[in-house]
Amino acid sequence: MTSAPIKLFDEPPTDERIGVYVCHCGSNIAGTVDVAEVRDWASQRLAARGVVVSRDYKFMCSSLGQELIERDIKEKGLTRVVVAACSPHLHEATFRGACKRAGLNPYLCELASIREHVSWVHTDKSAATDKAKAVVSGAVERVVKSTALEPLHVPIHPATLVVGGGIAGIQAALEIADAGFKVYLVEREPSIGGHMSQFDKTFPTLDCAACILTPRMVQAGADPDIELLTWSEVVDVKGYVGNFVVTIKKKARYVVTELCTGCGVCEQKCPKKLVDDVYEAGLGYRKAVYTPFPQAVPKYPVIDRPNCTYFQKGTCRVCEKFCPPNAIDFTQTDEYQTVEVGNIILATGYDLFDPRRVTQYGYGRLANVFTSLEFERLTNAAGPTNGSIVMRDGKTVPKTVGIIHCVGSRDRNYNNYCSAICCMQSLKFAHLVKERTGAQVYNFYIDMRTTAKAYDEFYQRVLEEGTLFVRGRVAEVTDAAREENEEGKLVIQVEDTLAGRQRRIPVDMVVLSAALEPRRDAKDVAKLFGISCSADGWYTEKHPKLDPVATMTEGIYVAGCVTGPKDIPNTVTQGAAAAARVLGKIQQREIEIEPVRATVDQTKCSGCRICNNMCPFNAIIFHEDRMVTEVIPALCQGCGTCVAACPAGAISGSGFSNEQIMSQIEGLLLLNLEKQPAREAVMA
Amino acid sequence: MSDQHFEPVIIGFTCNWCSYRAADLAGTARVKYAPNVRLIRLMCSGRLDPTFVIKAFASGADGVLITGCHPGECHYIEQNYKAMRRYLLLRRVLTQMGIEPERIKLVWASAAEGVKLAGEINAFVDDVRALGPLHWMHESALHQEDELHTTHSHASEAMAVEVPA
Repeated sequence: MTSAPIKLFDEPPTDERIGVYVCHCGSNIAGTVDVAEVRDWASQRLAARGVVVSRDYKFMCSSLGQELIERDIKEKGLTRVVVAACSPHLHEATFRGACKRAGLNPYLCELASIREHVSWVHTDKSAATDKAKAVVSGAVERVVKSTALEPLHVPIHPATLVVGGGIAGIQAALEIADAGFKVYLVEREPSIGGHMSQFDKTFPTLDCAACILTPRMVQAGADPDIELLTWSEVVDVKGYVGNFVVTIKKKARYVVTELCTGCGVCEQKCPKKLVDDVYEAGLGYRKAVYTPFPQAVPKYPVIDRPNCTYFQKGTCRVCEKFCPPNAIDFTQTDEYQTVEVGNIILATGYDLFDPRRVTQYGYGRLANVFTSLEFERLTNAAGPTNGSIVMRDGKTVPKTVGIIHCVGSRDRNYNNYCSAICCMQSLKFAHLVKERTGAQVYNFYIDMRTTAKAYDEFYQRVLEEGTLFVRGRVAEVTDAAREENEEGKLVIQVEDTLAGRQRRIPVDMVVLSAALEPRRDAKDVAKLFGISCSADGWYTEKHPKLDPVATMTEGIYVAGCVTGPKDIPNTVTQGAAAAARVLGKIQQREIEIEPVRATVDQTKCSGCRICNNMCPFNAIIFHEDRMVTEVIPALCQGCGTCVAACPAGAISGSGFSNEQIMSQIEGLLLLNLEKQPAREAVMA
Repeated sequence: MSDQHFEPVIIGFTCNWCSYRAADLAGTARVKYAPNVRLIRLMCSGRLDPTFVIKAFASGADGVLITGCHPGECHYIEQNYKAMRRYLLLRRVLTQMGIEPERIKLVWASAAEGVKLAGEINAFVDDVRALGPLHWMHESALHQEDELHTTHSHASEAMAVEVPA
């Protein structure tokens, strides 16, 4: 709310010298709008408003059209320019450039959109011409109140923060480090590697995941430009593009990394064994002092404080006693490290959908129903069964296996989206079961989506291997036998939509290809970094097609599954793409920011703090000592919400000031005012 | 005069990222809609100062359309929620000032919803046409400007505007 008085139209004529340029855009505008009439009207009716020249031209954006404007600025001493043409999103930069070349501040140029918003959407030529006049009039009134602005220049700190040490984060960190710039790679687990480190084979080539991932992990661990911060979390982000200040909490490891050699004796000697429900997905065990897997990077273990006998009962200290280099330190506390970075890449990945939510599939109730991640661990040669595919008892090899696709995906009860990887993952599982056990495999699918390179060929291969495909969404997995052959089995009840009938298929083992979901804390993390999520919780890209790794927040990039489910090739591509964007920014050394910003007139600020909570970018700070508010220009994104909220009218928004908008309203309604007496006469 | 001859004039506020681009898209897709709405581009619907709306009515608009990104899709994270709150409050204030609340309308339109925006504009133009002219901007108002200039607080500002109506 402003204290600007509501005033009507009789301000004295402005002493600005305004040029109005009406574009034909071939026949795009001229076909519906009488361009000559708009031109003449502007030069006559708006002369009192400061218009000294009004011209039309076939293609204003052509070099000749631009030269026309440049010449008038120089020869006629124009102080403001209005171009009535297409949307500012198309050619604002073009005409601002022309003004700049002619020595006029580019922010004194206003575009009136009479193509997208007039000629292309209306058919009545007279109505369209009237509206075009109104739009031009609005632009003239607005530009009179425009002020010369200078773009802000912000230096770019050359270091980068990568959050998430999965394959996307590793790829991004390596690319940036290869270019010789510093990277802080933050991972909340004890080791980098992410979900990919849990997999056995990767589709469609069936490379062993560890064989292609661990060299990258080692490289990331050894690169002098990459500072690994594992067992760590980002707790605070301040600053803005080029100049972020990030606080990272390094959780206490209780292991002195400078002394630890990674020999693993502590882990061997630790008497406390517990189920590992992170890395082993609940199928295997780990100790209270542990590295999640043998190839972990870094190699240093962590002590899991809530499960450590010493921390809980006060006695034990076995690890300390046996540690050869005396690296165990029970007195360690969490540390906080503050780093300065210019850009941030978020590669925090996904969480697996919890299939307990689909109660009819029996996961958690029926022992031999497995999640896809559990099955990955079963097939993994380094996993809890050394790669043997066995049932929950740990020894029985299944004779029939049912693999259910789309669990929690493409289902309006859970997630509408397709999780993108499940078809191929399920085909991979089918192949591995066949190869290792010779069991009969059924795949239950809705649609088969094998769209990338060599994916459909893999599908053909699995078909030829004899896997049976049943098209239909599974209704139920049950252990309630109806017939003799169902005794002791899991029965999959499904409508086979190709055969057009209900089927009951008894199997020994069921694998649920569960959906990929945003991290449970994705929304909190988004808020921490000041970026936005879709309704699902996936992070929103700046543009889903043309700018897929940037976000709406300058200097913050996204890679991998944070923006939605992706397979490994796409994830790696995005990691590299985000790194390329960051390197581009670093090379610029400083960047120009649009000067659309809020500023506080501190003499008017009453210190009411109403605006303080308006800003989602933390750009507003309050000086307790002077009881006034200030907007940090480089943090301000220019939305103007605080400007609209200030009851004292102390905040102004450059580029979109109250004066500009109020005047534009008057200008837009100028025609209306002229017509009003006529309308009333008719009414009377 | 019958209502058929009355063509309302409507001011439409758009945000730079979603609804203005929806209007651009309606153009590039050559979707046709009523020529009664004149758009103003703001960076965000959160920039919408309620006095802009009152100013538009006072300057002769018969209706005001407020548009922005869908909830959860705001370019500035959550500022459209603030626009929504102000809109709801403003409707009540306008009612108290004797203006039919149907003369303002809030529409969410993503950059992909050119057709939706055009449809909402057409519907709104029909609604305002049915309401008839507002006449808040009376001829006599032109001569009351000095009085208006003397008012400063919001309450008295609103009161002063109400006089000509």
